[in-house]
Amino acid sequence: MLSATAANVFMPIQFNRRPRDAMRPAGFFKTFAIAPLAGWLLLFVLIPNALVLAASFLRRDESGFVELSLTLGNYRRLLDPVYLRVFAHSLVLACAATVLCLVLAYPFAYWLARLRSGLRPLLLTLVVVPFWTNSLVRVYAIRALLAAKGLMNNTLLVLGLIDEPIRLLYTPAAVLIGMVYVLLPFMILPLYNSIEKLDRRLVEAAADLGAGPWRRFIEVILPLTLPGIISGSLLVFMPALGLFFITDVLGGSRDLLLGNFLKDQFLDARDWPFGAAASMALIGLLGLFLAAYAFSLKRFSPGGEA
Amino acid sequence: MARLKTAYLALVFGFLYLPMVVLILYSFNPSKYGIRWAGFSLDWYRNLATDAGLIEAALNSLLVASLAASLACLVGTVGAIGLHRYRFRGRHWLQGLLLVTLMSPDMVMAVSLLVLFIALHIKLGFWSLLLSHTTFCLPFVTATVQSRLQGFDRYLIEAAQDLGACEWQAIRQVMLPLAMPAILAGWMLSFALSLDDVVVSFFVTGPAFDVLPLKIYSMVRMGVKPEVNALAALLFAASVVLVGGAQWILQRRPQ
Repeated sequence: MLSATAANVFMPIQFNRRPRDAMRPAGFFKTFAIAPLAGWLLLFVLIPNALVLAASFLRRDESGFVELSLTLGNYRRLLDPVYLRVFAHSLVLACAATVLCLVLAYPFAYWLARLRSGLRPLLLTLVVVPFWTNSLVRVYAIRALLAAKGLMNNTLLVLGLIDEPIRLLYTPAAVLIGMVYVLLPFMILPLYNSIEKLDRRLVEAAADLGAGPWRRFIEVILPLTLPGIISGSLLVFMPALGLFFITDVLGGSRDLLLGNFLKDQFLDARDWPFGAAASMALIGLLGLFLAAYAFSLKRFSPGGEA
Repeated sequence: MARLKTAYLALVFGFLYLPMVVLILYSFNPSKYGIRWAGFSLDWYRNLATDAGLIEAALNSLLVASLAASLACLVGTVGAIGLHRYRFRGRHWLQGLLLVTLMSPDMVMAVSLLVLFIALHIKLGFWSLLLSHTTFCLPFVTATVQSRLQGFDRYLIEAAQDLGACEWQAIRQVMLPLAMPAILAGWMLSFALSLDDVVVSFFVTGPAFDVLPLKIYSMVRMGVKPEVNALAALLFAASVVLVGGAQWILQRRPQ
């Protein structure tokens, strides 16, 4: 079986599997093996997020940190139209990027997974490399393409489609193109992984029972690859809210993203409680996604109680 | 239909790679502006090599990346073996926490770690950076090692124990060698991940400790400099080597 490094990572974690020898004699090594990992995650994941949660209910203090008095004001302030506009803008861009990535990536992942060729491992590696490449470097690379004297404009000029260079940089479209460019591999890999595991016999059975290609896709293939669709969407949508540097490189700072907002609150305005409240809202979104993911795994995975 | 498939695959690969290829070509082009090809030159690379601040940032990056990758491999491998081998209370919680860490957006992690370091009065710089990078590398190492272990015959270790190996010997002499390729791959991926991180580093490092991606960020914000092309090309090359290597290690399965 082909094993893609990043695809492995997105293997659905098996929540329900429990081998027969459920209990082994506990020993020194057991504690030694589990304690460091559990301790690390406790100290650097759970506690920090608990701190952010706590901070989101506190007031800002003069020195720029927090004052110990409870309030819901930070969450109420998030509902201010000024900020709601930023969030709405960021959400719309992130949704658009997610949908575009999904539409571009699904046929790609499908055909790649179905490719009968010795080239497949190499092609998969070619998807994995940009997945791990510095996203800032990649945003910068696409900037060169979109610049006024860049390749895109020159190509269009040569083709006679335009008469003078058009402005591509510093437009919302540029930010969107940048997001799709950077995040596309994050959609392809989970999709590829779930499509590769798809049991062909189920699709053939549907065909034998008289389902046409469209019905086979909608009623068999799509539900069975839903875990991949959701985890891919999650991996595109969440970073798309946060890529603060993308507007610096491609779109100036006028188009505020949630990432820019958090960066401003924590590093410039130093209003931590307010920034913490926004961060908690982001975590809430993540929670919704994860719940949907866990649900779809249970509901649609071949081993699940569908 | 077959031709359409091939064309579409090629188109998407083109989209993924064309900008990087153009960037790499630019980095060898001595012309400062525009895209006119003015012959092959290594000028921009030479400029990089003489920029002391940049070299320091690069060394810092390499230091943090190698230490964070090693630390993540140490904690992550031992943890993955524990998760694979033992059943204990809270195991599902630990597994879930790993998944959440893996999935959590850089921004959320950056903010929470910043708050932690300030609360603990840890000075932002080398240590905060190292601890943060280890944290986001950890779930990748455990996932890689766990998926490797799952592919192996579970009776191997029982056979070792039947032959008289104690728990520690069975793990050290049977499980660890089996997991080795995954550990190595996990190390390389962690190294790449650390080298590539912008968001978390931006939040948790101080002015005294600069790293390469942040250096690029400030260079890019200052405006386009051709040196950035060369630097970006070098970072891209590093990713290709690391990820290609990790893939190669993982795809070579013992028969």
